[in-house]
Amino acid sequence: MTTDVLIAGAGIVGAAIAAAFREAGGKCLVVEPKIVGGGATAAGMGHVVVMDDSPAQLALTEYSRRLWDALPLPPNVEREHRGTLWVAADAEEMEEVARKHALFPSSEILDERALYEAEPELRPGLAGGLLVPGDSVLYAPCAAAWLLRLSPVRYTAIESLTEDGARLADGTMVSAGLTILACGTGITRLLPALPIKPRKGHLAITDRYPGFLRHQLVELGYLKSAHGHSNESVAFNVQPRSTGQILIGSSRQYGDESPDVRPELLARMLRRTVEYMPRLVDLQVIRAWTGFRAATPDSLPLIGPVRDRVWVAAGHEGLGITTSLGTAALLVDRLLGDTPAIAPEPYLPERFP
Amino acid sequence: MIAVTINGRRADVEPGTTVAAAVMRGQAGFRRSVTGELRGPLCGMGICMECRVTLNGRAQERSCQVLCAEGMEIATDA
Amino acid sequence: MPSTLVIGGGPAGLAAAWAAAQTGDAVTLLDDNPALGGQIWRGEIPARYRRFLDPRITVRTGVQIHSATQLPAADRIILATGTRERFLPFPGWTLPHVLGAGGLQAMVKSGLPIAGKRVVVAGAGPLLLAVGGYLRKRGAKIVLIAEQAPLQRVARFTRSLWREPGKLLQAARLGWGLRYRTDAWPLRADPGSVTIQGHGVLRCDYLACGFGLVTNTELPELLGCKVEGGAVITDSKQRTTVPHIYFAGAGSVDRSILEGQIAGFDLERARALYPARDAAVRFDRRIDETFHLRAELSNLATPDTIVCRCEDVPFSAIWQQRDWRSAKLQTRCGMGPCQGRICGPALEHLCGWPAASVRPPIFPTRLENLLDLRD
Repeated sequence: MTTDVLIAGAGIVGAAIAAAFREAGGKCLVVEPKIVGGGATAAGMGHVVVMDDSPAQLALTEYSRRLWDALPLPPNVEREHRGTLWVAADAEEMEEVARKHALFPSSEILDERALYEAEPELRPGLAGGLLVPGDSVLYAPCAAAWLLRLSPVRYTAIESLTEDGARLADGTMVSAGLTILACGTGITRLLPALPIKPRKGHLAITDRYPGFLRHQLVELGYLKSAHGHSNESVAFNVQPRSTGQILIGSSRQYGDESPDVRPELLARMLRRTVEYMPRLVDLQVIRAWTGFRAATPDSLPLIGPVRDRVWVAAGHEGLGITTSLGTAALLVDRLLGDTPAIAPEPYLPERFP
Repeated sequence: MIAVTINGRRADVEPGTTVAAAVMRGQAGFRRSVTGELRGPLCGMGICMECRVTLNGRAQERSCQVLCAEGMEIATDA
Repeated sequence: MPSTLVIGGGPAGLAAAWAAAQTGDAVTLLDDNPALGGQIWRGEIPARYRRFLDPRITVRTGVQIHSATQLPAADRIILATGTRERFLPFPGWTLPHVLGAGGLQAMVKSGLPIAGKRVVVAGAGPLLLAVGGYLRKRGAKIVLIAEQAPLQRVARFTRSLWREPGKLLQAARLGWGLRYRTDAWPLRADPGSVTIQGHGVLRCDYLACGFGLVTNTELPELLGCKVEGGAVITDSKQRTTVPHIYFAGAGSVDRSILEGQIAGFDLERARALYPARDAAVRFDRRIDETFHLRAELSNLATPDTIVCRCEDVPFSAIWQQRDWRSAKLQTRCGMGPCQGRICGPALEHLCGWPAASVRPPIFPTRLENLLDLRD
């Protein structure tokens, strides 16, 4: 069978790429061994946020957030502009708030009084925070399905890459002008040399408590956890869902490739959470689960060619939902020879020889 | 008899009565589903979650496995 | 002194704890209800089984196990987590006057007044007769007991009971004077009534409706025990595939009591009970065959009928999905607080989808209870 673009992976990144190439007039085939949006896409928190660990990350997240805002998402994607509130525990963290304020578009510094007005359930004694109103939350599996709504999906795996495209596990030979691998941590099965490692995360969700939480809340130490490389770390990060449930993260861990919930790490994450929001102890937790982020050494995704007619789009760590659209746009621009909206160099796979 | 309060009204129940049974004596359904349907207990054994009430100020508590105790304050959302 | 931990204080768990105590073990019994007896006895343990309440057993009620880390250390664990009813969706099944068959019985045992109330009991299995008999004893007016199984099968089974006069007597005592009909099942429920195939619209205060029993395999699975086809795999001594973990009590009361004793006793005393247990297993199989769910029950739900009660997901949203996991992610079905215990068996029956794997917490629990867990 023949196609213009063969995309491996029906997660949010693969879905975004399929939608973008289709809109550009290309014929796409998406290949997925399991289900649409069932990997890290389903496990994660579904936030669309700007993050400033590096200028390249800020550029990609900002660009992607603009793209998300332009999409007419259906109701089942539950997109809400809740905004992110970065919580500062002390004067030192307030300095970090000021620094971020200069970088983030239309953000607002909150003093102590304003912080508690915004989020009354935060523990007393905090210094203030930074409100980023443009950030949103959404329900990612339905977003992936919506992005894929006009693209054919074949439920099988890529067994191997060929000169001409790929051989699928069901025996089909696909001839593709371009193959794009957007399969998250699974990418190293096909390209073992890529510097992508699975980084396990735990999450928990509560029953419905409308009004308990209004914004996505993140501690300023989140970036140290996310973009540091310690073996095991937790950081306060909670998110209100449109259902009134509270989604609780975050944990990061290398070296454990089992999907089992580790009660001790879950407990550690929850203890960090109640340090910031004490009354969460009374809420019913109805489910806990894990997911695997695809992590790279410099916390930036791999977006671009690895060899002739084989490109990759993976390694988005905890920003896959956000940056899926920017990733797709960069790849379409590259194919069409258009000038991209942001510089693509920082994300090129060739930066890792 | 044990005196409890259900949605502000006093109710006297036999010892050994669960909160769910105490509420059901007075009203057919006592929960609203996520789309607003009136619901009542289904399984009677702590599994279906349709018997959730606010118990002494705590929301989303299952009531079919909790015995009424003197002075309990029970609030339902329907 | 070796220690035995028993989870579940119904017939199987009580029998297991008692048997373990007879062998000299230090026995702890945990149950999530306020009173012992499980769902079938609910605090009213029959006189002939009161001997199971050996004072040497340490009993803790009101304890619900949501994570493996809660379990106190023990040389041996006997899981007797019992069964729950299978619910199949039909129009109106979410109305407040519709409860499970065991569900309504449980509510009445917990203080719900039933005297003078009109009750229709419907669904599948001997539980319907037991529930009808019990509710009548408590003053309910049993309008009809509607068993979905065909007359031929039920008649054949009843005739076969001549070999077991005790059971025949039990059935007769329960059923005497009750209007019990086969080939009958609920088509729809409306406020104040239920429509039963072959019997039209019946006014009722309650519809008590359950379609057989499903084993509570969540805790065994969480602990690594092999589960197949909804059943925990056990050997003749009731051992699971995990060395020091036993499982008892997935079937009838008689079988549960035998299984519990076999799990709790030493090998010699256990072996003496194997023939009776094996006969009980065979009997339960005959029950399953007799009251097997008929095809029409899979067609009761309409596109609008809610299948997932926690998230109000209608059948039409679900049947387009490829599998259980897609259905969950795309429609939220099974993501609510019941953790798929109500909709899961229904969808397994309607769509053939096998249940998904379990993760802790296997019951909703206050966040506070998850703060201090060690691996």
